[in-house]
Amino acid sequence: MCADVTVATGGPALAGSSSLKANLRRAEAKKRRTAFMLTLPLLAFITVMFLVPLIGMVWLSVANTAVRDYMPKTVAAMATWNGKELPPEKVYAAVGEDLTVAYKARTFGRIAKRLNQEMPGVMGVINKTSFRSSKVTTPPASWKDELIKIDPKWGQMPIWNLLKRQSSMFTADYYLAAVDMQVSPTGHIERVPSYERIYIKLFIRTAWMSALVTALTLALGYPLAYWISRMPPSRANLMMIAVLLPFWTSLLVRITAWIVLLQSQGVVNSLLVGSGMVSEAARPQLINNALGTVIVMTQVLLPFMVLPLYSVMRSIPDTYMRAAISMGAHPWRAFWRVFAPLTVAGVGAGVLLVFILSIGYYITPELVGGQSGQFISNRIAYNVQQSLNWGLAAALGTILTVVTLILFLLYGMITGKGKVSLA
Amino acid sequence: MKPKKLPGYLSPAERGWFYVFRFYGLVVLFFLVVPLVVIVPLSFNATPYFTFTKGMLEFQPSAYSLKWYETFFTNSQWLMALKNSFIIAPIATLIATTLGTLAALGLTRPNMPFKTTITALLVLPMIVPLIITATALFFYFSYLHIVDSYVGVIIAHAILGTPFVVITVTATLEGLEPQFFRAALSLGATPRVAFFKVVMPLVLPGIVSGALFAFMTSFDEVVIVLFIAGPDQTTLPLQMWTNLRYTIDPTILAVASMILLLAVVLLGSMELIRRRSEKLRGLSPQ
Repeated sequence: MCADVTVATGGPALAGSSSLKANLRRAEAKKRRTAFMLTLPLLAFITVMFLVPLIGMVWLSVANTAVRDYMPKTVAAMATWNGKELPPEKVYAAVGEDLTVAYKARTFGRIAKRLNQEMPGVMGVINKTSFRSSKVTTPPASWKDELIKIDPKWGQMPIWNLLKRQSSMFTADYYLAAVDMQVSPTGHIERVPSYERIYIKLFIRTAWMSALVTALTLALGYPLAYWISRMPPSRANLMMIAVLLPFWTSLLVRITAWIVLLQSQGVVNSLLVGSGMVSEAARPQLINNALGTVIVMTQVLLPFMVLPLYSVMRSIPDTYMRAAISMGAHPWRAFWRVFAPLTVAGVGAGVLLVFILSIGYYITPELVGGQSGQFISNRIAYNVQQSLNWGLAAALGTILTVVTLILFLLYGMITGKGKVSLA
Repeated sequence: MKPKKLPGYLSPAERGWFYVFRFYGLVVLFFLVVPLVVIVPLSFNATPYFTFTKGMLEFQPSAYSLKWYETFFTNSQWLMALKNSFIIAPIATLIATTLGTLAALGLTRPNMPFKTTITALLVLPMIVPLIITATALFFYFSYLHIVDSYVGVIIAHAILGTPFVVITVTATLEGLEPQFFRAALSLGATPRVAFFKVVMPLVLPGIVSGALFAFMTSFDEVVIVLFIAGPDQTTLPLQMWTNLRYTIDPTILAVASMILLLAVVLLGSMELIRRRSEKLRGLSPQ
């Protein structure tokens, strides 16, 4: 069609250029395909082995499968129940039959575990009912009476409200639990009892301790980066190797070193006692508490602050400061008005990088944090490995991921505009 | 190190400030490096304590011994951990380097579609906190039944290593002048020869440092191993973790000293690679 138009208006020369265009387009498309094919293996690998698991985690944080999978008849029977008063006989019968099946298939434990997460104490009711109803050989005249005989809780509303809620495919329960909330037996959203409120506290602690670590790395890193950036290149390189050495050393090696230094019979305490500054009985507790976490994380994350700062400062010539001073500015004023504003991008990048890294830290708080130095990550690990509440772990993980990604977008905006590099 | 000569016009306060500032810088460097250095002499401790004994401070030969190194090389658990680390890290590095280099070659082509989005996606494993990756992979691998297997750990470590390879190789390729390749072609080289004789030597430092990053990542990684490895896949960091948590003894100091040595060697070779690559580039006309 294109060729027709050119023939009509311009003759053979233009017709040739048009087919050239088509050729070019084809060649371009081929090149694009080649470029894409080169990235495809990694893209596929990352998608299947990283993105899908991440999406799976988000799914796990909202999915509500236990009751739907293992009590299908109950779910079907409850669909028409209004939830205002005790359910009709057919729902009781469905529960009896479902739990009989679940007992034989050994799946009643999963139902009991899931329901117990939302209403402590229900586990016993489910276990008992499963066992007893599986012993009922001929269908009873009234499953309702039978179940209430097994456990009077079946004659009260709370357990039914819970079953009704748990029969829907999605749940916000895990997210509520992640912010110390729950759905009360009467169906209202309320805060959990005060002795169970831990997550909000942990989120706040993670944030403020990360902020503290970030502030400390900035206070230590800024002067260091400034000092090194004013050195002649060969010496600056040597210094940067010293900065990078901890960066390259295994995290566990660094933590080992700090445990050696800070434990109560360790090097620092021995020095303090040996020099007479502290009495033998009053050895300060420097590790296995929040202080230990802060000290170790500051050292571990310091290189991440120094690198972007150094890269920005290196590009600021000495002459700027000298010019300001020669024109009569006090060195302090020259620093604040000339040098400091030029390093804002580096400070932003370093601060965000350290903060992002530290809110996700797990190993350091786990090994040197004791009780008071625990982060939200430690609680995620606890829920995965010990309490086996995977839904809650997934919800906490999703929240942490979203926060991290938002902060990283900010970081991208800062480093994209300024010329900060980590290489 | 010769002290820098201060200009004569500085006031005493400014001189004082200069020295205070330098002192502060040294203290920070001290804070960074000394904790690492301290573990080396302590690893030769003859007693099972984590502090300098009186004998060590007086340099008595009997206060020093190699017994913690001996323990390491004779203890079956430490040796298994060492073996596992040297199985998992190289394979993960190989996968990460191959896939990452290919992807970087694609990403630096001028015609790459959706470049920004794909780059962001490929570096995501570096951004997401390790604990999240570990959790997500644990759920996923339980579903696939590859927890407690080498396959699972290797895949996970390869994922963690790829962003480093993608970033370093992309950076190297972007600094590469396309004229080199064309010049080689115009001088009669086939594209194949031009690629292997001209492009490859220039890109190799980037690939090698990416691979080193990937190797160190795997060699140092403990969170994922903690979640998805079984007792048979215990790696060196996991064994160190176990030692730190439960049976703390100075063997770990010997291990830490050796890893520190490895880091110094690797960092040194990185620096050499960097210098070499700069020299190669330096020959190019601007």
